[in-house]
Amino acid sequence: MSVRDQILAKVRANQPVDERPLPDLTSFPVRTSEVLDQFMTVLSTIGGKPVRVADYAEIAAYLHEHPYPGRIISSIPALQHLAEPIPENADPHELENVELAIITGTFGVAENSAIWVTEANYQQRVVPFICQHLAIVLPMDALVANMHQAYERLQGQEYGFGVFIAGPSKTADIEQSLVLGAHGARTMTVFLLEHV
Amino acid sequence: MSTKPKHPELSERFNADEPRVDWHDATLWWIRQKRDKAAHTLYEDWESLRNTASAIKDNVLGNLADYLESFERQATTNGAIVHWAADAAEHNQIVLSLLQQAGAKRMVKSKSMLTEECHLNEYLTENGIEVVDTDLGERIVQLADEPPSHIVMPCIHWKKEEIGELFHQHLGTPKGNADPQLLTEAARQHLRDKFLSRRVALTGVNFAVAETGEFVVCTNEGNADMGVHLADVHIACMGIEKIIPRREHLGVFLRLLARSATGQPITTYSSHFKSPRKGAQLHIVLVDNGRSQQLGREAFRNSLKCIRCGACMNTCPVYRRSGGHSYHNAVAGPIGAILAPNLDMSKNADLPFASTLCGSCSNVCPVKINIHEQLYEWRQELTRQGKVDFGKKMGLKMMSTVLSSPMVYRSMGKMGRWTMRVMPGMVSNSFNPWFKQREMPAAPKESFRDWYLKNRS
Repeated sequence: MSVRDQILAKVRANQPVDERPLPDLTSFPVRTSEVLDQFMTVLSTIGGKPVRVADYAEIAAYLHEHPYPGRIISSIPALQHLAEPIPENADPHELENVELAIITGTFGVAENSAIWVTEANYQQRVVPFICQHLAIVLPMDALVANMHQAYERLQGQEYGFGVFIAGPSKTADIEQSLVLGAHGARTMTVFLLEHV
Repeated sequence: MSTKPKHPELSERFNADEPRVDWHDATLWWIRQKRDKAAHTLYEDWESLRNTASAIKDNVLGNLADYLESFERQATTNGAIVHWAADAAEHNQIVLSLLQQAGAKRMVKSKSMLTEECHLNEYLTENGIEVVDTDLGERIVQLADEPPSHIVMPCIHWKKEEIGELFHQHLGTPKGNADPQLLTEAARQHLRDKFLSRRVALTGVNFAVAETGEFVVCTNEGNADMGVHLADVHIACMGIEKIIPRREHLGVFLRLLARSATGQPITTYSSHFKSPRKGAQLHIVLVDNGRSQQLGREAFRNSLKCIRCGACMNTCPVYRRSGGHSYHNAVAGPIGAILAPNLDMSKNADLPFASTLCGSCSNVCPVKINIHEQLYEWRQELTRQGKVDFGKKMGLKMMSTVLSSPMVYRSMGKMGRWTMRVMPGMVSNSFNPWFKQREMPAAPKESFRDWYLKNRS
């Protein structure tokens, strides 16, 4: 018998036999209608920066006012005058010197301000981690209240890699002092976009 | 019986520095309070989330073999390669052989309590592999050549001045500088170089989904992702109990995990790995190492529900005042004390006694493990198995005689009160463990019973 079969046989012999049905997940109602307010408040609390914008022109204007010196990459066609496109088949190590990455978020979650992104949003898996600063463009109406609604949206979705990102990279390992910018992005700006 | 120091002796060492114990205690209590605050923001859903999480895990324990097969099937379809390890030694051999296949002598690793449990680092180092732990807290204890003292905050027992000195020696930070911002930045630069130059990255697994074959890794620092997305080979190691049935169940567990652990609404990154990056390899190592055995122990199987949030440690009055290393096990605290005896009863027979049985651990547990009841069950089981030392056994036998006979109880009480009043030196001395770190109370002249009999009219 292979190790696999031995383990499975042992588990089968030892697992409890009583009926243990899966619980119902519909008992978690949406508790807020103010998803945008909650999203922005929570994002600020966890060290992110929410910025409301009407359109891509306002994002460009914001970046003009808050310039990032260095390499800027983006997967968003409307921002191509500001950033180089993300090289799809390049060695991910070539992204080592990226100062700012601007990518699209699929949707955001109000209760924890996490934003769902998959590699389809930005071609290279390492992008939101290796950049010094991260900006995510999120359509204002793409917000859900809680994680249950989030996974309803992800029901049956296909992705090779997907991640909820909530704020900048952080650590409190040294005497519980919060420091932003552990290994991933030092800052996270979220452009909440009114007109897509 | 092993002669290695046990929990009482190790706690005594930790308690030699009293201000440090107070600081450790206060730090962990502060984290417990952050957990309370986070739980209260969801007060309408919190208890129902805990019940739901516990019920999902009940279902998992009852159907684990089928879920494991489903996970393996789906993960394989997704392009991952699944390995099975019966114990720590097999797990370590698999990881080493994957490194050898890749021709790699160096590896980055993000936090995985399973690899601590298997002592993977020591094994790989003996076999000529350099392992760099990339979680900041883990890197700190690794540089200091120590195991983590907490499953979520590995260097919670370290003061920033000591970390400053450690980094001065190893990373060349300015001597005497203990600024967390500066030290974190130094670690960021130091580890970024490792991320960019290592071709194999190992991670743990927080949840693995039977339905889809994907698994989720939660970090705040982003170290797991920095390692994996820059490496050619990703090795993910998981205990077989990490399985959950469906993707939608992640909604329940991700709402509970970070709130229970640190009081955050969610960790910064909740990464869902389903298939390998184009041109890269993904290996998943499924490890039993005693879990199937624990599954068969009815009184203890619920311990397999644990999602490793550490809330039971932060709240535990014993853990807070004895420190993680006093548990001499990869997982410390109350949950460690009910997991460890399953792995080795003789070596860990002291741990279920390292508790006041106050029940606080069970009250904060996000998956409602009856931790304090299991601690009590383990004490009985270990005594039955003859794993409890003679002194403790005789002491308890004597207690039982005294407490089961009212007459003996009364006369012993009388003798005790008399001794404490007339010859306090008989009890207030170093032979009496109750005298350590505390004064004995003043003995009254009469017992409550005597007083009551006189005054009840």
